[in-house]
Amino acid sequence: MTTMVSDFERTMRKREARPEDLIKGQTGDWEIILGLEVHAQVTSNAKLFSASSTKFGAEQNTQVSFVDAAMPGMLPVINRYCVEQAVRTGLGLKAQINLRSVFDRKNYFYPDLPQGYQISQYKHPIVGEGEVVLDMKDGRTVTVGIERLHLEQDAGKSLHDQHPAMSFVDLNRSGVALMEIVSKPDMRSADEARAYVTKLRTILRYLGTCDGNMEEGSLRADVNVSVRKPGTPLGTRCEIKNVNSIRFIGQAIEYEARRQIEILEEGGSISQETRLFDPKTGETRSMRSKEEAHDYRYFPDPDLLPLELLQDDVDAIKASLPELPDEKKARLISEYGLSPYDATVLVGEAARADFFEAVAKGRDAKLAANWVTGDFFGALNREGHSIEETPVTAKQLGELIDLISDGTISGRIAKQVFDSMYKTGRDPAKIVKDEGLQQVTDFGEIEAAIDAVIAANPDKVEQTKVKPQLAAWFVGQIMKSTSGKANPRVVNEILARKLGLSSDG
Amino acid sequence: MSVDQKTVRHIARLARIAVRDDELEALAKELNGILDWVEQLGEVDTSGVEPMTSAVAVAMKMRDDVVAVQNLQAEVTRNAPNSEDGFYVVPKVVE
Amino acid sequence: MSDLTKLTLAGARDALKKKEITSTELTGAYLKEMEAAAPLNAYVTVTADKAMEMAKASDAKLAKGEGGPLEGLPLGIKDLYCTKDVLTTACSHILDGFKPAYESTVTANLWRDGAVMLGKLNNDEFAMGSSNETSHYGSVVNPWRRKGSDAKLVPGGSSGGSSAAVAAGLCLAATATDTGGSIRQPAAFTGTVGLKPTYGRCSRWGIVAFASSLDQAGPIGRDVRDTAIMLGSMAGHDEKDTTSVDRAVPDYEAVLGQSIKGLSVGIPKEYRVDGMPGEIDELWTRGIEWLKAAGATVKEVSLPHTKYALPTYYIVAPAECSSNLARYDGVRYGLRVDGHDITDMYEKTRAAGFGAEVRRRVLMGTYVLSAGYYDAYYLKAQKVRSLIARDFAEAFSEVDVLLTPTAPSAAFAIGEKTDDPLSMYLNDVFTVPVNLAGLPGISVPAGLSSDGLPLGLQLIGRTFDEETLLKAAYAIEQAADFKAAPEAWWKA
Repeated sequence: MTTMVSDFERTMRKREARPEDLIKGQTGDWEIILGLEVHAQVTSNAKLFSASSTKFGAEQNTQVSFVDAAMPGMLPVINRYCVEQAVRTGLGLKAQINLRSVFDRKNYFYPDLPQGYQISQYKHPIVGEGEVVLDMKDGRTVTVGIERLHLEQDAGKSLHDQHPAMSFVDLNRSGVALMEIVSKPDMRSADEARAYVTKLRTILRYLGTCDGNMEEGSLRADVNVSVRKPGTPLGTRCEIKNVNSIRFIGQAIEYEARRQIEILEEGGSISQETRLFDPKTGETRSMRSKEEAHDYRYFPDPDLLPLELLQDDVDAIKASLPELPDEKKARLISEYGLSPYDATVLVGEAARADFFEAVAKGRDAKLAANWVTGDFFGALNREGHSIEETPVTAKQLGELIDLISDGTISGRIAKQVFDSMYKTGRDPAKIVKDEGLQQVTDFGEIEAAIDAVIAANPDKVEQTKVKPQLAAWFVGQIMKSTSGKANPRVVNEILARKLGLSSDG
Repeated sequence: MSVDQKTVRHIARLARIAVRDDELEALAKELNGILDWVEQLGEVDTSGVEPMTSAVAVAMKMRDDVVAVQNLQAEVTRNAPNSEDGFYVVPKVVE
Repeated sequence: MSDLTKLTLAGARDALKKKEITSTELTGAYLKEMEAAAPLNAYVTVTADKAMEMAKASDAKLAKGEGGPLEGLPLGIKDLYCTKDVLTTACSHILDGFKPAYESTVTANLWRDGAVMLGKLNNDEFAMGSSNETSHYGSVVNPWRRKGSDAKLVPGGSSGGSSAAVAAGLCLAATATDTGGSIRQPAAFTGTVGLKPTYGRCSRWGIVAFASSLDQAGPIGRDVRDTAIMLGSMAGHDEKDTTSVDRAVPDYEAVLGQSIKGLSVGIPKEYRVDGMPGEIDELWTRGIEWLKAAGATVKEVSLPHTKYALPTYYIVAPAECSSNLARYDGVRYGLRVDGHDITDMYEKTRAAGFGAEVRRRVLMGTYVLSAGYYDAYYLKAQKVRSLIARDFAEAFSEVDVLLTPTAPSAAFAIGEKTDDPLSMYLNDVFTVPVNLAGLPGISVPAGLSSDGLPLGLQLIGRTFDEETLLKAAYAIEQAADFKAAPEAWWKA
């Protein structure tokens, strides 16, 4: 969608990079201007214009109808659900839904493009302007404009490594529905581009409109990169095609920006072109096959009538939308008093936020957030588990927190109990009981332990009278002698009395 | 507007039709003949006129999201000039 | 019965129902006629075994008093229709050897109703032509000759095989397609009836596409009744074609013979073009008189953008065809000419696979869609097309049908117009506007030229009002009483 991007790139964008996002060159600072075109595979059973399956990983050419193979006389019939998915996504991006849109043919020859054209939407996309709010690591938010979203067909796949002189073509993907989501050139650093794709993927997953699986190619990004001196007009951009991981997006941008800066600082100029990112070298290179000037000869597909939607249908989809990450985040902050950081971490995946809410319900929200985002997510990461694979249920983690709150165990012991829960999946109460981990709250038992320590250290008792803070030393000794199980509150109370200090000291 | 030989070569390339150098002149002449003739559309005042996008005035019907095509690997490859193992085989594509 | 192949479709149907004849006899008789008519080159593929098999199956049904509306009736199928496991080439070299694994919706409808397939009929390559001279399999020869001449004439195009086969008695009726006149003009050139239905009346699924917004399937038959019967089976909504329209198919045959008293007939004054032969003009006037005599009222109407229809068509149709024909790339079916890389293979395959006219239109279409020219050509043409459609809509607010000549001349000689694409294109001057507006039209034989060649009159109707069109056509047919037939010189 090269031409569309250049149209809006010509308009000056208001946003300026922060000083820390500028790149230092020989001749001064440079600003990076980034716009992304994300291709997201629509989650659906059948293809956009045919009744073939979209399932990933099938044997070559086994999910290809006569329509997908562009046999003579075949005609496209649009899949209603794919249209609804696009509308759902548009609504999730707070975007304008166009009740009338048009499918066009984008004409070019390629062996994995059987019709000799891709059915896409050029002048009249189904979704217009919207926005995505990025949550940056430092707590900042950045708003990135969405230019448009349109529906189009995916191409097939050519395999080049099967034969020295021939390519092998598999059309299983041919005709699968894609949403092309075009951002405005609103990003100013690789971090922002990464945050954009991450957030977009989160939104798509919340909506259930794309599984966001980048390894299987369900989500790919074309990255438009240009550089300029701050305050000067936009530079010539290069488009890096089909980058298929969030990490690579960052690497590709950083390499490409430096490449362009180097050329410009040496007095050269950037030629507008399509480039490929090579993950092995971390470099981008010009695409040979795309050198020839493209002229896609778009025109409305005469096999398809204009796509007309009813406002009522759009409203019905809107009413059925799930709570989206931004709203969920705001609610977690207001309802549970969470920090924006904790809330951001939790809403990154709907299942994580749901887990948190199940744990926090009726409990100390801050304590619940600490446990969920700290020990629990830490364990998932360490073990490489997804939230769905967790051996510890939300109910169990809630029970653990209850044991802390009611004084049955200390926070320190709780960590030990949690490790055991994660390893065995057992209930926390059972672990505490079986392993005798409950706190000692029996006054007599604690008093005896205190008396023993006092008796053994008369000099320390004398010193404490002068320096009350030495009481902490006694606490440590007592905890040691009770293997950490003595209730610290009870220890403090009795100790203060015995040493003649005020207990709130 | 007039089509020169270079333009004919360019559009033949876009259309992926090999054209010999000695055919260019005649092709340019033919295309110019037709183009000169269609130029007369310039006489028509079309300001405010919407282009015709479909010959039928009905709402587009849509299909349900149901997989109704089974494995047609044999049927879709049986007419292929070169196929192997269920793949279509073409001269190497360089990216 | 000695003259089995002289029966009309309706006559044969009735004879089969009454068990006076069998489908096997009828089909056998046609296969024999086809063999004798090789010089006409109407068929490109004969499916004799399949035909006899289908005929036998029909006879079994007929014997039990069962069967569909076309049970046992042998038909010819234009090679643009994909027929399962039967060679389908659109008469292009580029579809060499292509045997579809599917059946077009329209032909499937015919087989559902019991029809028998005799074979595939010749046509202009990808239906691009008005004389059937662009076929990769050679020209079709019109069974009609000028009085006292044995010069070979064209049967019209692109459905030249269909029109010639019906005129020469090589099938009861034939399927055809019409993008700019490809049913009506060949019908006029051969003394047959050709019906182009409303765009969306018949499914386009499985018919090799030329220009998607203009292409429409329809029949060529011996008389109005036969085309009405054919359309009844061919038409209908198809979920596989989004542009086919979901409305009931009426009993077209039932309206034939109904009075046209009070019918309002429009005569578009812009169709009185310069240089039109006097005898065409006279035929037109006779047509007006016949309709008046049958009780219709006649008035002049204006279709002011008529002269822009052909140039509009020669932008829109090539643009669509340049894209529709991109799939013929040597990868999945048809011809492949090897090359040193993929682009070389494409270019060689398409250069060898497409004939001169197809190549010309693909290049023309590519040009008018290319960067910088889209607005000036394609968009402009689609706007003019809106005006042409509006002209018809306004005319139809005053009248029920329009009467015009079908073509500006009678059949011409093979080779006469091949050097000048423009003079060939002008053949479609009266038929093209109908396609641009998506309307139904029919050509009815109405008389002979001074050379003894058939001439046709065209009726144009409102969208989806084929019934009124057929009623009026039937009235003309009755009045014209066209009985002339070509001599079977090809059998000599």
